[in-house]
Amino acid sequence: MKFADKSVIYLLCLIITVTIIAPVITGSDPLKIDLDSLKQPPSIHHLFGTDTKGRDIFSRVLYGGRVSLGISLLAAVFSMSIGFLVGLIAGYAGGRIDSILTALIDLVLSFPSLLLAIGISVVLPPGIYTVMIAIASVGWASFARVIRGYILTIREMPYVESARAVGCSGTRILLFYLLPQCIPIGIVMMGLKLGGYIITEASLGFLGLGQQPPAPSWGGMISAGRAYILSEPWIVFFPGAAIVVTALCFNLLGDILRDSYGLRIK
Amino acid sequence: MFLYIIKRVFYLIPLLIGITLLTFLLTRSLPGDPALNLVGERANPEVLENIRKDIGADSPFFIQYAGYLKMLLKGQMGVSYFTKREVFADILLKFPNTLMLAFCAMSIAIPFGLILGFFTAERRGTIIDRVVTSLSVMGLSVPVFWSGLLIMLLFSLKMKLFPPSGTGGLRFMVLPAITLALPALATIARITRTSVIEIQEMPFINTARAKGLNHRRIQFVHVFRNVIIPVITVAGLDFGSYLNGSVLTETIFGWDGIGKFTMEGIIRRDYPVIMGCIIVGTVVFVLINLMVDIAYHYLDPRVKLHEVRR
Repeated sequence: MKFADKSVIYLLCLIITVTIIAPVITGSDPLKIDLDSLKQPPSIHHLFGTDTKGRDIFSRVLYGGRVSLGISLLAAVFSMSIGFLVGLIAGYAGGRIDSILTALIDLVLSFPSLLLAIGISVVLPPGIYTVMIAIASVGWASFARVIRGYILTIREMPYVESARAVGCSGTRILLFYLLPQCIPIGIVMMGLKLGGYIITEASLGFLGLGQQPPAPSWGGMISAGRAYILSEPWIVFFPGAAIVVTALCFNLLGDILRDSYGLRIK
Repeated sequence: MFLYIIKRVFYLIPLLIGITLLTFLLTRSLPGDPALNLVGERANPEVLENIRKDIGADSPFFIQYAGYLKMLLKGQMGVSYFTKREVFADILLKFPNTLMLAFCAMSIAIPFGLILGFFTAERRGTIIDRVVTSLSVMGLSVPVFWSGLLIMLLFSLKMKLFPPSGTGGLRFMVLPAITLALPALATIARITRTSVIEIQEMPFINTARAKGLNHRRIQFVHVFRNVIIPVITVAGLDFGSYLNGSVLTETIFGWDGIGKFTMEGIIRRDYPVIMGCIIVGTVVFVLINLMVDIAYHYLDPRVKLHEVRR
């Protein structure tokens, strides 16, 4: 493995570990309002400075990362599960079931994803679970499409044929013969999609549809610091940098995974 | 060609039904009286009564949906809770602004993306190639609401080259257009690079070289014509996603288009506005995809029109 690829994976592990053990790393409470140190620039005491209520931005970025990463990962897992289910069924069943499910997949894919996510987040009460549902209810379709296409190519392979010949039931063939073949694709797709989910999550947070204040989230912090961009740019800069680094790592990870499995997925 | 277009337009019908069904379900699940949600509390009682009759809670689901469709066809998307203005009229008013911004962003993204793609493909494997290619992955990882703020800080607040926000002429458009263009530019550069490399290895390029054509002519005539096809596809899809991005970009730069309108609706929980924007945005997105598909088949004579499978 190339050095650059390795460093991406190490960096990603570092980000995930740091957000998980956030309380150990930072002593300060992300919610503690400190009126004596409003809008402090970055310093030894406050690595990333403080925001308009004197809260430590470093610890807010770490705690916000828990939410962002958690939501994105869960949304990816949900998207993948639903996408697998629909894709497997559509690809294997064929016929009318396939055409109905494919039409549904095309319908969801033909929606501009952020607008659909906004629609869902508006209907449900704002919060982290809503963001997760919003992302997953758009995200499953691209998984389903790829899985369906792959099932179509492998369902007529000799080993599946022989499984059918010895009398395996349809469910058994799906679960033990076709599903395992799709797992590498699922992993690669997840890698490719996670960067986008991080950004969607942050966008919904920015629009005020995600994690509600005062709890920290990357998108929400940028939205709150917008008005102070000229005088206190660090309030906006650091949460944004966190989004960029994390999304970049996931995007690169997706490319690395895809190349190492030798798959051609967009 | 003509048959193909007709076929594709027909294909739109189930899609539009699906979209309106989805938005209808979303509207129905909003808290409160659905009729009130559709037209707003301040709508005049007569309209409200009509809509109650159309989508009446006691009639069966499909009758309600048909009523909703009838309303949409009349261009009735309700009245904003906040400004008391017709939502559809406001959308018509603001839409040209969004379109203008999207065109402006596109005219930045396509040429620069092509240039960068060709440039890096020429220098494949060099340091410059690696730097630019990594930067283009970076372009996909930067949220527009953050890059927009940084661009505003640098070019407007610090260097005072352009106004930070507002709607108006070209001067106001430059910064939001650049912000919107960046992710698309990155995608286009990436696609261009891979397809240039792919095409340069094809036999017909060897033939051209064997004929003794100079390099520049091969690049600009033979390779370019083949590269432009995937680029158009991606650019078209990106054009649709500008409608996505515009919610964030227009909000930051105070550009008075549909995106900002949507955002204002979200902040005030102005449901008729939000739903109206979602419907219009989605329909436009679908229409643009259709046009891209048609353009694609027009540009690429290798694709046989009547054999097209969706």
